[in-house]
Amino acid sequence: MEFKRITLLSGHYGSGKTNIAVNMAFELKKQFERVVVADMDIVNPYFRTKDSLKEFEEAGIKLIASAFAGSNVDLPSLPQEMYSLTDDVSSHCILDIGGDERGALVLGRYADSIKRENDYEMLFVFNAYRPLTPDADSALEVMREIEWAGKIPFTGIVNNSNIGEETTPEDVLASMEKARELSEKAGIPLKMTTVASGIFPSLENKIPNLFPLKLQAKIM
Amino acid sequence: MADKVLMKGNEAIAEAAIIAGCRHYFGYPITPQTEIAAYMAKRMPKIGGCFLQAESEIAAINMVYGVASCGLRVMTSSSSPGISLKGEGLSYLAGADLPSLVVNVQRGGPGLGGIQPSQSDYFQATKGGAHGDFHMIVLAPASVQEMADLTVHGFDLADKYRMTSMILADGTMGQMMEPVSLDLNVKPMPEKPWATTGTKLERFHNITNSLSLVPEELEELNFKRYQRYAEIEKNEVMYEEYMMEDAEICIAAFGIASRVAKNAIVEARAQGIKVGLIRPITLWPFPKAPFLKATEKVHTFISVELSMGQMIEDVRLATECRRPVTLVNRAGGMIPSPEQILEAIKNAHKNGGAN
Repeated sequence: MEFKRITLLSGHYGSGKTNIAVNMAFELKKQFERVVVADMDIVNPYFRTKDSLKEFEEAGIKLIASAFAGSNVDLPSLPQEMYSLTDDVSSHCILDIGGDERGALVLGRYADSIKRENDYEMLFVFNAYRPLTPDADSALEVMREIEWAGKIPFTGIVNNSNIGEETTPEDVLASMEKARELSEKAGIPLKMTTVASGIFPSLENKIPNLFPLKLQAKIM
Repeated sequence: MADKVLMKGNEAIAEAAIIAGCRHYFGYPITPQTEIAAYMAKRMPKIGGCFLQAESEIAAINMVYGVASCGLRVMTSSSSPGISLKGEGLSYLAGADLPSLVVNVQRGGPGLGGIQPSQSDYFQATKGGAHGDFHMIVLAPASVQEMADLTVHGFDLADKYRMTSMILADGTMGQMMEPVSLDLNVKPMPEKPWATTGTKLERFHNITNSLSLVPEELEELNFKRYQRYAEIEKNEVMYEEYMMEDAEICIAAFGIASRVAKNAIVEARAQGIKVGLIRPITLWPFPKAPFLKATEKVHTFISVELSMGQMIEDVRLATECRRPVTLVNRAGGMIPSPEQILEAIKNAHKNGGAN
């Protein structure tokens, strides 16, 4: 997999951004020495990249997150360290943006620097099985809202269509047409399709650029 | 394509409400239920419905009163501290015999508390919810699918009995994502001849009101209301029994606690301990009969709760104190672990009900 210096993951909330960010960081670490994951989600106090802090530390991946992420304090703030993402160009970064246009608002603060350096990939995470983005048109609407709020245009699409643990290979295959339609309508490429590692083998030869996700641990 | 979608519990409630015909939502944001409001804000304008972020929880519940008076399906949602604010309105809805759906996605308390899951509003929900003699129908989902199913059912019951149905969920249920079928069982809404829909000069005007200054009349209203409650206790009880056929130990748990309890039960069964679960789905009316019947074979009941022990009182009443009832609990936003429950099961097994 080829990476730009900065990879931004954005999309409808619950589309799977955080999980992809976590998995992508480990992939990135295979290729580059200095890898940083930035949790820019100030909307959702649950399901944070910080949940993977221990695994990141063991792998030598740096995590920048709000001091309050995953705590009981529901405070939307970001640390000043976030500026190192654009100031320090020796690191490769994954940016996990909050859901919808509300989550992407925070990105606007960093958008100019990111665009000036121009070594980024802004990926839209698409899940056709989420009720508010069941088709290309509704997803495109969310894309436009996020671009308006975050001030960075999308450059690619990640198809992460799934219905959780019950997802079958057929469900993923059935979503490909919608993902391609979205790619066509948005005028940007379908960069990859992500699936749970359990069903990865049965799809490996059927879908191009397939990326297996080792799902995050569930509490129950 | 799969016939299911992937939804958060909060979203499932919102979409199910829309499917049930609810076109009016009034709320005020509070974690961990904000997705309900956010979802309604996106969806309602697209289907000709009304989403309104009220200036407060109190304003929202009174807007519910207004729309309910007009005979339309209406809902509001909040989390624990916000539900307390709605208390006055809940009592007025009861006093005016108005149907509505109110969602409480509980968080740890008391006070502002925290934002992690809790079941510590059990007393508040099942014992009235505010001043005066009244009940709400209280439904406790234990999966995202049930968040959807019980929302539709809640509207049906509210209309049928002219009262408030409350979905009593918790932060985990609201936030967790699971596959959901939105092929829901929506019944036609009953006629509402009492609604304030305009007389068209064809009838005397209707009034929805909770003020009644003549004590004899107010008493009569209370008696009539409680006749309806008795009917509900007879007809609308819902519960799930899990591995109860030969159980000598019975766990009582609802919502997220019941899911953890099931894991512990499977483990205990593997160790040869006969344990089962009664999961109340309606918390009011409480499923008294299955608990009383269980006393014939069960030597110990264990109430598993995300509170300091509230439902345990209803378990004791339902079992008429014939068997010991012990408590396994966490509070303040913490969730009991399967190991903690397993430990209590093993203790009960060792003591054989002799404690």
